[in-house]
Amino acid sequence: MAEVILRLRVEGKSFRTDRGDLPVLGSIDLALGAREIVALVGPSGCGKTTLLRIIGGLETDYRGTLDWHGTGMPRIGTVFQEPRLLPWRTVRQNILLAQQTENPDLADDLLRTLDLAPFRDAFPPTLSLGMARRASIARAFAIEPELVLLDEPFVSLDPAMAARSRELLLDAWRARPTAALLVTHDRAEAALLADRVLLLAARPTHVLTEVVVPQALRRSGAAPAQVLISVLGADGGEHAAEPRPAGRG
Amino acid sequence: MFLLAWQIAASLAQSRLLPTVTAVLRAMVQQTISGALPWNLAITLGRVAAAFTVSLLLGSALGIAMGRWRRLDLLLDNAVTVLLNLPALVVIVLIYVWFGLNEIAAIAAVALNKLPTTVVTLREGARALDPGLAEMAQSFHMTRWRTLRHVTLPQLTPYVFAAARSGLALIWKIVLVVELLGRSNGVGFQIQIYFQLFDVTLILAYTLAFIVVVQLIEWAGLQPLERWATRWRR
Repeated sequence: MAEVILRLRVEGKSFRTDRGDLPVLGSIDLALGAREIVALVGPSGCGKTTLLRIIGGLETDYRGTLDWHGTGMPRIGTVFQEPRLLPWRTVRQNILLAQQTENPDLADDLLRTLDLAPFRDAFPPTLSLGMARRASIARAFAIEPELVLLDEPFVSLDPAMAARSRELLLDAWRARPTAALLVTHDRAEAALLADRVLLLAARPTHVLTEVVVPQALRRSGAAPAQVLISVLGADGGEHAAEPRPAGRG
Repeated sequence: MFLLAWQIAASLAQSRLLPTVTAVLRAMVQQTISGALPWNLAITLGRVAAAFTVSLLLGSALGIAMGRWRRLDLLLDNAVTVLLNLPALVVIVLIYVWFGLNEIAAIAAVALNKLPTTVVTLREGARALDPGLAEMAQSFHMTRWRTLRHVTLPQLTPYVFAAARSGLALIWKIVLVVELLGRSNGVGFQIQIYFQLFDVTLILAYTLAFIVVVQLIEWAGLQPLERWATRWRR
């Protein structure tokens, strides 16, 4: 792994409900290297988004530690599950607003990369879900992040649109490589995009298996089924290839 | 159609109680030339503007605060309900009695009548703020001012317009009552004078002039502004 930029050690996280505390996260040890893409794969409701929220600073009520290696908390670009674009601002204005100092050239470049240039002056309510998701990705990369958090960015898209959106995401990432944490329940998607895949077990969530995607297959453009079987095995990861101890950084 | 029906009915009635459209228009022109109509209309409009601004600013601030902070809402909810249900006349009379027949009391009486509806509208707006957008702003480290300007206030805009339009309609009516009860100028005062003289022509002349101004403000002011502020919805 390249230089480690963050290490998250969660000892536990619960949500308060009417029936008492509901444990969501168990013991998790997660390290992420610079320019590394790590996918967190698990069933819906297992706490994947909560992990991203902890790292993004949106969730602080948990037991554990979050250490940033380097100069402190880096710039984090978040792609939420719902695009969360401001409907009263155009696509381009949404991107510019996220930047601390407006950088129109970078915004326009990202709009081109993500195939949104013709829609730069469109208001989000007029966009398809796929376009809105790509605008949200452009916004995350527009702040020149050191870490991108991707929370199921292609969920609910049809397979062709999801595949196209993944390619465009990788184009944006290749132009500006950065560390990224991808949350998904789609194992094929994880294998196609990530350097490492962490398979999570349900509540309280813990890492079941960690799989390193072989170098030759990483973001290779190979067919999803081929990559999935090569990386995670025909059983979808229960006895995955190249397993590593859970939590190894 | 309405004006035509009025003209025909008045011509047939031949009564002082229902003057013709032309007679009313003639009176409007005479009052305009003499300066009485523009002067009194301007005074009334000034009171409307002052009361409208005060009630909208105070009501919005209070409504948003109550929508965001549950304790404040619990503390003030009863007072807002009482004010909502208190007859406008009672508020006006009490304020005149307590603070005297002066300009500030007049404007305060109008503003206080409008305040609770603004509070209730904006409280609903603040409750409906999208927490997802607030999180987005937080995740991109937007400053408080940037968040307020670009994320929060645009979400409240439809509520502000709803409060403004219903508020203006209410304020027009209450200002005339306030002028009738305790001022010595303005459209309300003039209507009271012509009521005492039983001069229906001049009552209608002032009323018509008032309606024209109100419609102009609606068509040329509020509606285009609202269309611009919500243009992204189209």
